[in-house]
Amino acid sequence: MSTPGADIETLLSRALRPIDPPDGLSSRLELTLVELTELAVGELEGWELSAMRDPRNWMRPVIALAVTATAGTALVILRVRATQRRRAMLARSPADLAARTGRAVAAEARRVIRR
Amino acid sequence: MATTARTKAELDDQFAELYRSHLRDVYSYAYYRVGNHHDAEDLTEQTFLQAYRHFERAQAESDGRPLRPWLIRIAHNLAANLYRVRSRRPQTTIDDTSGLSAVHTTEDLVEGRDELARILAGVKELPNDRREALIMRFALGMDNREIARALGKTDGATKVLLHRAIRQLEGIVGDEHSRS
Repeated sequence: MSTPGADIETLLSRALRPIDPPDGLSSRLELTLVELTELAVGELEGWELSAMRDPRNWMRPVIALAVTATAGTALVILRVRATQRRRAMLARSPADLAARTGRAVAAEARRVIRR
Repeated sequence: MATTARTKAELDDQFAELYRSHLRDVYSYAYYRVGNHHDAEDLTEQTFLQAYRHFERAQAESDGRPLRPWLIRIAHNLAANLYRVRSRRPQTTIDDTSGLSAVHTTEDLVEGRDELARILAGVKELPNDRREALIMRFALGMDNREIARALGKTDGATKVLLHRAIRQLEGIVGDEHSRS
């Protein structure tokens, strides 16, 4: 034994002890999972065909359909949210930000669907 | 339709149970793997989201076996991806395990700070598969069979892997001890 008086496995147990996740992570992750479930149901039930006239609304039901089938929307939401600050910094105006966000959602949705 | 909705609700309940049971396992694994809380949180989040996507199939294929190894395997693959991405950006430090000491209590630090620090430094020096096997065994309390499933190895190969990891770590710590 290399370390007198102490068994290496005992030391490993002490050194590699389990780590409690931060409270913020638990609540954020739970919220995301709840949103994931509710979003799909809510989006599809509340959707009106008349809203399809506005192209700005197209992405939401498309994503809702995708989440119902694969739950992949969680990834889309998470990734788009993760990069939102960067887009906000790059955007020249609110309209530009909306356009950038729309493109990001579409790109992430395509990535998830391709998986 | 009602059946589908019920099945979906049941699946969601089962996933919630899996999440509650293993959040700490996934976070511990992620933390020891990446060495800081920020990346560990991201990795944990991505792991559960990916698990949610594939939960139904995993459950069907698990044949009643525990799903913890499957969860840890997802985290393992995501961590490997993270390392690949970061390695293309050399300015980012990915192997900062100095934060590991942050998980220990004052009592630990008083009683055996040097000893634990030597162990952690030794673990860091091990090859990836040996280091991961030790994390799964000692931080998560996984048995050989679970570790084998998480690493995609046979039970026998995992037993050998753990044995060699401990022997190598003893050697590293012993060398360090005799030098100091």
